[in-house]
Amino acid sequence: MKIELPHVGESVTEAIIGQWLKQVGDTVQKYDPLVEVVTDKVAMEVPSPATGTLSSILVQEGDTVPMGAVIAEMAVEGVEPVEATKPTPEISAAAPAVIDRTGVFLKDVAPVGPTGSGGPMPVSSAEDEGRSYSPAVLRLAQAHDVDLSAITGTGIGGRVTRKDVQSHIDGRGQGTAPQAPPSATDDEERIPLAPVRRMIAENMARSASTIPEAWMLVEVDVSSLTQLREEQVARFQQREGAKLTLLPFVIKAVAESLAENRMVNATWGGDSIVLKRKINIGVAIAAPQGLVVPVIHDADTMDVIALARAVNDLATRAHDGRLRVEDVQGGTFTINNTGALGSVAGKAIINHPQVAILNTEAAVKRPVVIDDAVAIRSIMNLCITFDHRVLDGAEAGAFVAGVKQRLEGARDWGLGR
Amino acid sequence: MQRDRPDVAGERPGADASLTDEQLLAVYQRMVLCRTLDERVWMLNRQGKAAIVASAQGHEAAQMGSVWALKRGTDLFYLYYRDLAVLVALGMTPTEIMLGFVAKEGEPLSGARQFPVHGVHADLGIVNLSNVVGTQIPQAVGSAMASRMRGEDAVTICYFGDGAASVGDCHEGMNFAAVHRLPIVFLCENNGYAISVPLSKQMAVDSVASRAEGYGMPGVVVDGTDVVAVYEATSEAAARARAGQGPTIVETMVERYLPHTSDDDDSRYRLREDIEEARKRDPVKILGQKLVSLGVLDSATDERFHSEGRRAVDEATELTDQAPYPGTDGFFDHVYAGGPPSP
Amino acid sequence: MTVLEAAREAMREEMRRDPSVFIMGEDIAARGGVFLATDGFLEEFGEERVIDTPLAESAIAGIALGAAMHGMRPIAEIEFADFIWPTFNQIVGEAARVRYGTDGVLGAPMVLRAPYGGGVRGGLFHSQSPEAYFAHTPGLKVVTPATPYDTKGLLKSAIRDDDPVVFLEHKRTYRLVRGEVPDGDYTIPIGKADVKMEGDDISVITYGLTLHLCLEAARNLEDEGLSVEALDLRTLLPLDKEAILATARKTGKVLIVHEDTMAGGIGGEVSAIIAEQAFDHLDAPIMRLGGPQVPAMPFSPPLEAMYMPNTDKIADAMRKLAEH
Repeated sequence: MKIELPHVGESVTEAIIGQWLKQVGDTVQKYDPLVEVVTDKVAMEVPSPATGTLSSILVQEGDTVPMGAVIAEMAVEGVEPVEATKPTPEISAAAPAVIDRTGVFLKDVAPVGPTGSGGPMPVSSAEDEGRSYSPAVLRLAQAHDVDLSAITGTGIGGRVTRKDVQSHIDGRGQGTAPQAPPSATDDEERIPLAPVRRMIAENMARSASTIPEAWMLVEVDVSSLTQLREEQVARFQQREGAKLTLLPFVIKAVAESLAENRMVNATWGGDSIVLKRKINIGVAIAAPQGLVVPVIHDADTMDVIALARAVNDLATRAHDGRLRVEDVQGGTFTINNTGALGSVAGKAIINHPQVAILNTEAAVKRPVVIDDAVAIRSIMNLCITFDHRVLDGAEAGAFVAGVKQRLEGARDWGLGR
Repeated sequence: MQRDRPDVAGERPGADASLTDEQLLAVYQRMVLCRTLDERVWMLNRQGKAAIVASAQGHEAAQMGSVWALKRGTDLFYLYYRDLAVLVALGMTPTEIMLGFVAKEGEPLSGARQFPVHGVHADLGIVNLSNVVGTQIPQAVGSAMASRMRGEDAVTICYFGDGAASVGDCHEGMNFAAVHRLPIVFLCENNGYAISVPLSKQMAVDSVASRAEGYGMPGVVVDGTDVVAVYEATSEAAARARAGQGPTIVETMVERYLPHTSDDDDSRYRLREDIEEARKRDPVKILGQKLVSLGVLDSATDERFHSEGRRAVDEATELTDQAPYPGTDGFFDHVYAGGPPSP
Repeated sequence: MTVLEAAREAMREEMRRDPSVFIMGEDIAARGGVFLATDGFLEEFGEERVIDTPLAESAIAGIALGAAMHGMRPIAEIEFADFIWPTFNQIVGEAARVRYGTDGVLGAPMVLRAPYGGGVRGGLFHSQSPEAYFAHTPGLKVVTPATPYDTKGLLKSAIRDDDPVVFLEHKRTYRLVRGEVPDGDYTIPIGKADVKMEGDDISVITYGLTLHLCLEAARNLEDEGLSVEALDLRTLLPLDKEAILATARKTGKVLIVHEDTMAGGIGGEVSAIIAEQAFDHLDAPIMRLGGPQVPAMPFSPPLEAMYMPNTDKIADAMRKLAEH
C-alpha cells in the first residue's frame, strides 16, 4: 500500500523530510513512527498507517514534499484499510501583490498555537533583516529555488517585486536547468543539522550579513610573560589542580583595557551605541557538540588566578555538556583562542550583537630586531575584528594597544601568594 | 456511558496502610496504559489532530499513588491541566480521554467545549473547571467546606503545580482551609518549572511544603517517583482530613520530561542532558523493577500489560479518528439554567 | 515584518532609548516569551531589566504600578489576556485612579500588554477578548492595533505615555499579518483612528483581527459594485469620535464589527456616539456584528468557527446594510 504524507491542518501545504526512522525491509507496527518531517509549525513524526513491511522509500531526507504526496510503500497482509477521506487543503485566496502599511493577512502560514508559539521554528527566507517579501515573491522563489537575499529589489524602498524574481530566473541563463533539490548519492553523506549547529549557522550568517567588519593585527612580545608562566605553572597545578596558560593573563589585560575603552564593550543599538556597564568576557570553546561561548561575568573584578580557575571550570563543563543557560548569556566581549589550533593570524566573525572579537594566536619564537640587533623573542599576534559602525581604527587600535602594553610590560600579576 | 471499571481503592486507608502487592500490580498496569496514551496524544498533536497537549510523563507515580489513597465515588478530585494520569487512575478509558484531545462528539467532561482533560465528571468526582492557574485552590476549599456542611464523609484533594503556589489564590485558599480545619489535601506536583521559570525564580524557599507551618498545617515532601511513598503520605493526610484534623500539604517532587505543552520549546531553557538524567528515574520503570524484585511481575505479564495497553490506545485512536465533530445545534445550550439567552 | 516582530522591535528600541523602561512577566526572560515577543532581550538588556516573575498576575500588575509611581516605565506582560482578570484590582481599581486621586501629583506611566483573541484553538481560556471592561474605565487608555506598522508606532507611544495603557495584541495576527514597517523611530498617537480603505457606500468600523477580515470581505464585494470604507479604531479608549462621525456622515450606513461579545461591547458605545451626533446623516439603522451570547469560545473546531467572525459573515452583513 502507498504511504502518503498526511494532511496536517488547513494551512500547512508541504513539509521537509527529516530522518527516516525505519529502513526498507523493516517490519513496522501500525502507529510506529516512520519518518521525521518538518513543517512550518513544528517537527513531527509520520506514523505507519498499518502493520507490515516497509518495501520502498520514495523521498529522501532534505526533500520538500507537498501534503498528500506518496513517500513510501509497504507490504500489508490481508485487506487494504479503507482510505479515510482527506480534508482538502484550504485554497489560498489570491493575495494582493503589494505589502504596504496595512499589511497582508497570510493564508499559507500556520498561526500560533493555542498556548504558545510552538516548537523550534525553521528559519524562513523572509526573515532577512529589513526585508519583507510578498506571498507571490515567496511562492515564485520557492518554486525555482531562488535565494531572495541575493536579489536587488526595484520596488518601493528596495522591495523585491515579482518582476525582479522573474528576471532573475530568466537571467539564470540558457542551459542551466532549474536546480533540482540535491539528493544524496554514493559519494555524499548527508548530516542532518543538530539544533546547536543550526543556531551557530544562524548566528554566523546574521553577524556576517549585518556587521561591516574591519580587522587589525598587532604583534605582542610575550617573552617575559611566557617565562613567568613557566615559572608558575607547576605550583599552580599543585595548588589549584589546573593548568595555567597565557589565556587568563590575556583576559585580565583585556578586561582592564575594556574598562578604559568602553566603546569596545558595547552593542550596536540601531540609532545609538549601547555601552555595557558590566564586563562579561566570553571565551570561545570547541565543545563536542559545536562552538560554544561560555561567559566569565564581571571579569574585571577577578585576578589572574580566579580567571584561570573560571576558564578551567567552564572548559571542563563545556566538554562534559554541563553548561547551564546562565553560563552562555550576558557576554559583552569575546576572546577566541585560535592559538591553541596553531594559528598565527586569522579573522574571526564577531559574536553578534557584540562589537568586537579578539583572536589570541599562537605564541611563536621569532627573530626580531631590538635596538638594531637581532634577538629571539616569543611573539603572539592579537587579531581584532571590529564593527566599523561603532569603532574606528583609532579606537580599536587604542584598545588593542592597551592589551599589548599590559602583556608586554613588567608588572605584578598577583601570582606569588 | 457505564462500563465496568476495575476497583481503584477498596478499603479506606488508615494512617499506616500501604499498598498490597496486588494493588501495586494494578497501579503498574494503569501506569503502562497511561504512558502509552500520553505518548499517543503527543503524536496526534504533531500530526495536527490534537491541537493542544500537556503531558503527564514523569508525574505518573505522584498522580496515581495519591488517587489510590482516596475513595473513588466518594472523594472529590480538583485537578489541573497536567493530571492525565489522575483520569486514567480513576478509570476513565483511553477512548473517553482521547475524545477530549481530538475534540469530538461524545467527549464526557465538557462536550469538547474545553481543552482536553478539562470539565467535570460527576460520577468520578472530578472537577477541572479552567486552565487558569491556581483558581482551583479556593474552589476546592469551598468544596471541602460544603462537603463537611452536608455531613459527607468525603475528602477533597486539590492538585496543583509549583507555579500555582505563587498565585494569591493559593495563599488565600490554604489560609482559609487551615483556619477552618477543612477536610482537604493539597497535593503539589513540583516539577521545578512553571513553563520556563525555574523553581529558584518562583520561590525563595526550597519547597512549597515548607510554607505549611506558616498557615498552621502540616506539610511533607515525598519522592514523587515512588508510588508507595506518595500513597502513604496521601493516606495519612486523607485520614487526618476525615478525622476532622484539617488540611495537609503533600508535596511530590517529580520531573517533567516533555515541554510545558505541545506549544512549548524547552530547548530554549533546559539542557537535554538534564532531561536525560531525569528519565533515568522514570516512575513507570521504577515500579516495574520493584514488582519484579518482589516476584510479583514476570516478563510475560509485563509484555501483556504493554500489548494490552497499546491495543486499547490503538482502538481509541481509531474510534476517535472516525468519530464526528460535535454538531452546532447545541451551541447556545447551558448558558443559563433556564434555557437559551436572548439574542 | 509580522505584528509580533513589530511589537518586539518597538519594545527593544524603547528599552535602548530609555533606561527607565523595563519589562516583567512570566517566561519573558530566559525563554523570550511564549510567543517570542522578548526574544533576545535578556541577552541584550540583562536580568535587572528583563524579569521572569513568579506565576502571580495580580502581583505583576501591582508591582509594575508601584515601580511606575516611582520613576520607572514598566511594561508588564500578562501571558494571555485570559489571565488578566486578577489584575483588575490593581489596574482598574488603582492604576486608573492614581493621577485623579492625587490631584495630578502622581502618575502611573505603565503599559499592561497581553495577547488576546481567538481563532487559534485556544478554547475557553486562551481566546478571550477583555478590552470592553478596560475601555469602561476613565483614567486608562486601551489600544488594540491590527497591523505591524500600527503595532510598532502605538506601542512606542504607549511606553512613552505618562498614563496607564492597556495594550492588547490579537494573537492570531502575530504570525498571520505581515506588513511594511519603516526602520527607526516613529510613533503613532494614541486616540487616533485610521481609514484603512476609502469608500462611499457603507462604512465598517472595527479593530484588531477583524480589520483584516473586513478588508478582505470588502475587496470581494468590489466585484459586486460595493464601495466600502474601513475605519480601524486602533484606540478604544479614548475613542476617536471625529473619525467615527466623519465616516458615518460620509456614507450614512455603518456596520461595526468586533470579535468580542456584541452585547456590552465597544460597538454599543460607537453606535451611541453616531446616533447622538450624526443622526441626521443616517440612511440606515446602525448595524453591529460581534461575538455571540455565550460565555466563551469553545475548543472543538466547528464550535470555534461558529463563534469567530469570518469574511462570509461580514460580507453578508455588508450586503444587507448596502441593500437597505
